[in-house]
Amino acid sequence: MPIVLETKDLEKHFGGIAAVNRVSLQVEKGARHALIGPNGAGKTTVINLLTGVLRPSAGRILLEGEDITALEAYRRVRRGLARTFQINQLFLDLTPLEAVGLAISERMGTGGQWWRLVGTNPAVVEEIVEILERFHLTDAMHERTGNLPYGKQRLLEIALAIACRPRVLLLDEPAAGVPEDERHEILATVAALPADVTVLLIEHDMDIVFSFAGRISVLVNGTLFLDGPPEEVARDPRVKAVYLGESLDA
Amino acid sequence: MLTILFDGIAYGMLLFVLACGLSVTLGLMNFVNLAHGSFAMAGGYITLVLVNRLGVPFFPGLAIAFVATALIGALFERTLYVHVYNRSHLDQVLFTIGLVFMSVAAVDYVLGSQQVFIQIPNALQGRFELFGVGIGRYRLLIIVICGLLTVGLQLILAGTRFGSRLRASVDDARVARGLGINVNGVFALTFAFGSGLAGLGGALGAEILGLDPTFPLKHLVYFLIVVTVGGTSSITGPFLASLLIGIGDVAGKYYVPKFGAFVIYTIMIVMLILRPQGLFARAAGR
Amino acid sequence: MPSQLVAQVTRRLARRARWRPLEYVFWLAALASIFLFPGRHLILTEIAWLGLFALSLDLILGYAGIISLGHAAFFGLGSYAAALLAKHAIITEPVLALLASGACAAVLGFATSFLVLRGSDLTRLMVTLGVALIMREIANQIPEITGGADGLQGVIVAPILGMFDFDIFGHVNYAYCLSVLFVLFLLARRIVYSPFGLSLRAVKGNPLRAASIGISVNARLVAVYTLAAFYAGVAGALLAQTTAFASLDVFSLERSADLLLVLIIGGTGYLYGGLIGAVIFKLMQDWIANLTPQYWQFWIGLVLVLIVLIGRDRIGQWSGGLRALAEQVVRRIAPGAMSPLAGGSGKEVAGEGH
Repeated sequence: MPIVLETKDLEKHFGGIAAVNRVSLQVEKGARHALIGPNGAGKTTVINLLTGVLRPSAGRILLEGEDITALEAYRRVRRGLARTFQINQLFLDLTPLEAVGLAISERMGTGGQWWRLVGTNPAVVEEIVEILERFHLTDAMHERTGNLPYGKQRLLEIALAIACRPRVLLLDEPAAGVPEDERHEILATVAALPADVTVLLIEHDMDIVFSFAGRISVLVNGTLFLDGPPEEVARDPRVKAVYLGESLDA
Repeated sequence: MLTILFDGIAYGMLLFVLACGLSVTLGLMNFVNLAHGSFAMAGGYITLVLVNRLGVPFFPGLAIAFVATALIGALFERTLYVHVYNRSHLDQVLFTIGLVFMSVAAVDYVLGSQQVFIQIPNALQGRFELFGVGIGRYRLLIIVICGLLTVGLQLILAGTRFGSRLRASVDDARVARGLGINVNGVFALTFAFGSGLAGLGGALGAEILGLDPTFPLKHLVYFLIVVTVGGTSSITGPFLASLLIGIGDVAGKYYVPKFGAFVIYTIMIVMLILRPQGLFARAAGR
Repeated sequence: MPSQLVAQVTRRLARRARWRPLEYVFWLAALASIFLFPGRHLILTEIAWLGLFALSLDLILGYAGIISLGHAAFFGLGSYAAALLAKHAIITEPVLALLASGACAAVLGFATSFLVLRGSDLTRLMVTLGVALIMREIANQIPEITGGADGLQGVIVAPILGMFDFDIFGHVNYAYCLSVLFVLFLLARRIVYSPFGLSLRAVKGNPLRAASIGISVNARLVAVYTLAAFYAGVAGALLAQTTAFASLDVFSLERSADLLLVLIIGGTGYLYGGLIGAVIFKLMQDWIANLTPQYWQFWIGLVLVLIVLIGRDRIGQWSGGLRALAEQVVRRIAPGAMSPLAGGSGKEVAGEGH
């Protein structure tokens, strides 16, 4: 399968600390690729670099073969790269309807129109409803986002990213903070993502990782430590050691 | 030209004494006190009343102004300011501008709107020549007093326990609290002291800057520029910034009178864009 | 059925942009004031351009979240532009001059917009203040053109559209200002309910997420800042045209601060806040000035302090409650005049709060 997302010797320094150290990652088209590692390993930093929230200190990022290293964050979304945040980043004063509608309009290029009223573009409205139905948010769609329960907010978090019709989707711990009884909905949603969407997933829950991922990359102290299919990663004794904090002699 | 430099240094040091309280307040409590100039004005008018009307000698008058303004600062801090610490910057700006309006109108009402002059002792009037440089006696006094104050401040900050508590609180208030430092107490004391300094600066500066009820608004910009350029996490930053502004302003107005004022404002805007945390500041933790 | 839901949603969205009964009441009252209060047209004119000025600030503060302490820069530029255009007979027809002045202010807005894109609230406050002070200093330094500290005298304003002469009682003045305010308000209302307007609210609420769904945050902010500058410039031009005068205090910190107060009193984020705030502020100012002509600034300062101490949120709640109450009253008086509103909280009816 072709590589849709790739980093070449990606680095990010904060002061004297290398949060991301020469990471060369390759994600295949249609992959279910998991990025795992202990806390503070730099996983979210990698996502922030990929999406343009942070500028790398060195290295390159390629999306579908094109160098996007210098591209602004919002432009990357228009090229087909979307993400969710580990801690919900939502528009608390907007309704799910409005938020999803915004994402769709932006994608269609009509988001900047100032002369027509919101809701007068039937294509947009139809798609909003379709997405909200898919994520079971239709009964909450007129509520102020800030008033929604956390589980619904988390679903909206993913719905917003999906509304951008990404070709590559970066999920940062989608089930984080979600109460046990609501997790299955999140996970079912992630599992039901279209096959042609490439998914890079950060997760801590190993059950989710091993049931979902076709390929796993392990990040430790900012360095890509291991990269391979789940069986290989599961077998490697160093992975367990790293998670338990034991030092590595290799 | 050296006279210009001398005058600029005097103005700069005066500006420092006036503005350093504002800088520390902003750096310490993240609080924007646009009414800082009102304390300076208060000090000036208190000295005016003491020296001109009550016949108190000049230097004791200055000292009393310092103490009185510090007390006023402490009073305001405990009764009014404490309610707006946790508000947004916009709220703080609105609040302190409201105080400025009130103080300006109040002084106008009580003492009239004309510019006033504090009677300075004869010994301080006039200039003398030193190596061909015109030295104004009063300006020399300003440099001496402000210089001593600066050195004193630096000693307090670096050499005393209070100073290290203050520096810790500015650096990271949350951690400081966790260490058992009474940050609110440190702040109250610092606010009072900073207000006192402003009052002293207002009294000293009446001769050079002019004293009238619109003082807080007229000079607000300069204080803000000192804080912007100098940053808020040290004393040396605002000090150097004040000198830069002082010399730049005096030289600018002398050499290019039409554009003198622009130089200052443009410096501020450029600084804010390039280095929002100030020219001399390290990035501070909150 | 999906299509049923789609139709339902479409209807609901359309309803949100529909004119509320209270809005009709407001503008009918404004229209009526021309005839009902012929002796108060001078102060009503001031309320009109002040309301427009506050509306322009609401666009950037209430909808885009940009704090400005120097919005007077655009107001002042519009003011001087209109006065100069009239004085030197460059553009004599007032409406054209109005548009030209607004355009000048818009250019300044566009040029300085990049200064407010980055930085914290504090940075924005200082930068905008700096710009306004620079404008004031420029005006001060070219007295040959601006009249300097004395102000620009000798401005003669030609009849509007060649037909309506400005009169000393201010009747034409007021009708003129009110019409301009109404037209620009309609435009602003359209914009605010558009996808563009919605994206502004998203940018204000969460600029990081806005960028993450593909919104070009900077481009939106520049656009609304320029638009707000245009509106402020028009407001300044109205001042110059109705008073035939322009002076340095159009750029002052006091003017920017008063403007913030006006908007805070009325409430941000629902477009009428600036207008209502202007009414309250001017009436308050008039009343206080009659009591203590010289020292009304003291009471304004006191109001500012009290508002902050009480808390803008609480005031927003009260005003939201008042608005909802007014809605109820109007609904009872004219029950057939409006379509049923979805939801009933003050917030949903009138847009968001602060």
